[in-house]
Amino acid sequence: MSEPVATSSTSLIPNARQATRPLSPLNLAARRFRKHRMASVGLYLLGFLFVYITLGSLLSRGYCAPLKKDLTGEAYANCNDTSLKLQAPSREHIFGTDVIGRDIFARTIYGGQISVMIGISAAFVEVLLGALVGAVAAYYGGWVDSILMRITEAMLNIPSLFLLIIGARFFGGGLPSLNFFGRELTGSVIVIILIIGATSWMYLARIVRANILSLRERDYISASRALGASDARIIFAHLLPNTIAPLVVSATLGVASAIISEAYVSFLGLGVQGATATWGNMLDGAYQYLETAPWLWFFPGTLILLTVLGINFVGDGLRDALDPYSTRHV
Amino acid sequence: MTTYILRRLGQAVPQLFIISVILFALMQAFGDPVATLGARTPPKPEDKERLRRMLGLDQPAYMQYVTWLVGNDWQKLDMDGDGIAETPGQRKGILRGDWGNSLVTRRPVLEMIGERLPNTLILMITAEIIIIVFSLAIGLYSALRPYSLFDNIVTGLSFVGYSMPVFWLALSLMYLFAVNFRRWGLPYLPTVGMFDPAVGKTPAELIKHMILPVATLAIISIAGYSRFVRSSVLEVLSQDYIRTARAKGVRARWVVWRHALPNAALPFITLIGLDIPFLLAGAVVTERIFAWPGMGRLFIDHTERADFPMLMGILMLISIAVVIFQIITDVVYSLVDPRIRLE
Repeated sequence: MSEPVATSSTSLIPNARQATRPLSPLNLAARRFRKHRMASVGLYLLGFLFVYITLGSLLSRGYCAPLKKDLTGEAYANCNDTSLKLQAPSREHIFGTDVIGRDIFARTIYGGQISVMIGISAAFVEVLLGALVGAVAAYYGGWVDSILMRITEAMLNIPSLFLLIIGARFFGGGLPSLNFFGRELTGSVIVIILIIGATSWMYLARIVRANILSLRERDYISASRALGASDARIIFAHLLPNTIAPLVVSATLGVASAIISEAYVSFLGLGVQGATATWGNMLDGAYQYLETAPWLWFFPGTLILLTVLGINFVGDGLRDALDPYSTRHV
Repeated sequence: MTTYILRRLGQAVPQLFIISVILFALMQAFGDPVATLGARTPPKPEDKERLRRMLGLDQPAYMQYVTWLVGNDWQKLDMDGDGIAETPGQRKGILRGDWGNSLVTRRPVLEMIGERLPNTLILMITAEIIIIVFSLAIGLYSALRPYSLFDNIVTGLSFVGYSMPVFWLALSLMYLFAVNFRRWGLPYLPTVGMFDPAVGKTPAELIKHMILPVATLAIISIAGYSRFVRSSVLEVLSQDYIRTARAKGVRARWVVWRHALPNAALPFITLIGLDIPFLLAGAVVTERIFAWPGMGRLFIDHTERADFPMLMGILMLISIAVVIFQIITDVVYSLVDPRIRLE
């Protein structure tokens, strides 16, 4: 094996390695993403929020008068001291207290964990459904395509919030509680995740279908079919990986819209029930205290805004970075 | 063109059928509508039974769907519960123009929608006009000065606007312009309803009550749509025919207004055309916050009571409007853009 002509350590030309070795599409995408100013702002914002909802839980501690003891963690976030209800932000409760005297600061931390978990899981369900429906419709064509696309169009015909509300009523309270990472999640969390996922996959399915319709005519698909690859292998190993760009962008932006959807459904009183806090259900009924207790809606609402903003920045950066024809940021 | 429209309408029929079946099936799980009908004293079991027969809820789900779709005036029903069908059915079904009666108020669904629809339309159409005008203006202005200070500020703001949850914006606007303006002794805006009962139903009152909900709806949509206009104007400006026009010596203003804007507006027409049917649906969250008596409120209120004829009516009205406006949008698009031919 011969020595490379120029290595980065011996070369006098800076970045000679990069000059001699062609960059992979992933390298190029990563480079475009790093140069995207909005995307880096978004990443810092999301990093800050991540620290807030994780390490912030260490600050969730205090004396719970009804139980007559000091509590930490989620127990403190759920401790309701009705003698302290609707307190304005102060030294002990920096974000104030809610209608039954729970500390809003602690609840935004634990609610944030649930909201973000709902957002990520719902986006996962969305991508799973969208990719599957789109890929199956495009790959098999014919009547499979017709039926799947008619259902997709039927669901697009109804305003998404109406679909969400119908879904929330349909599944309402039907699932048992679940233990997740040592936390008790009410069944309604799972229900909300499934509903948001099941009512948001339609656009992605159409994008994936359009992409795969052109991909399936390529020679490498004919080749793998000739080699005896199964339909599942062709779809999952060849077709879907080649539509990864819209999948990644949709998954990212899907987290943001799922967090907003959760907030809307909860705001209308159809969301996550019980003591479990989410940014959404902290807002339920808060508008009745518009004048007297604005901190009820301001803090959870602002955290939702910042999270969605951060995700949208990153999603926009990813969209530009993953577009191989984009030259703007190279 | 006529065959195209007829074919599209023909395709719409099975689509609407699928929608109605899916929705009807979902609504079977909404719980018992009769359970929530009781006034202060819960009704006796035999009264509930009678009520269920009267509303046709004793029938199996598929028969309820058939009745909803084509009516039941061709069959006799058992109303007094003695097992003998004696009363002829009254319903005509949605296919013959009978949208059914609300289970809660017993009034015709279409009549109740008719009361709410004007309230929603006045709010939504006003908002939509403002959205169209401002999106075009802001989008065009940024596209003509890409990466300028104005463009960068607008880009940043539109990201914030686009990411704002509706209720957060609505509550913030209310808190500033209604609560705090009153506190500071400034002229303040009303927060809820359409009219102030003390003043009466005057147009001035209506406009005052519309400012905040319209602003809420408009700000969020303008943020997204102005981006859309900006990118399509930028794309058109890089086309050869724009360069040709400039090379010919056409004045810059004329290039923009005569060549760039009409071409850039084409995809925007599609966007707006597909938006129009959803104006009928109103805005659930905005109407709830501002206590606006529109379609979104009607939908939410009757979802809580499992009033499925009402919900089916609202959703089918929207679905029909969506189908019709999709066809209209495609036809209009082919008329304004000669490159598109419908066959």
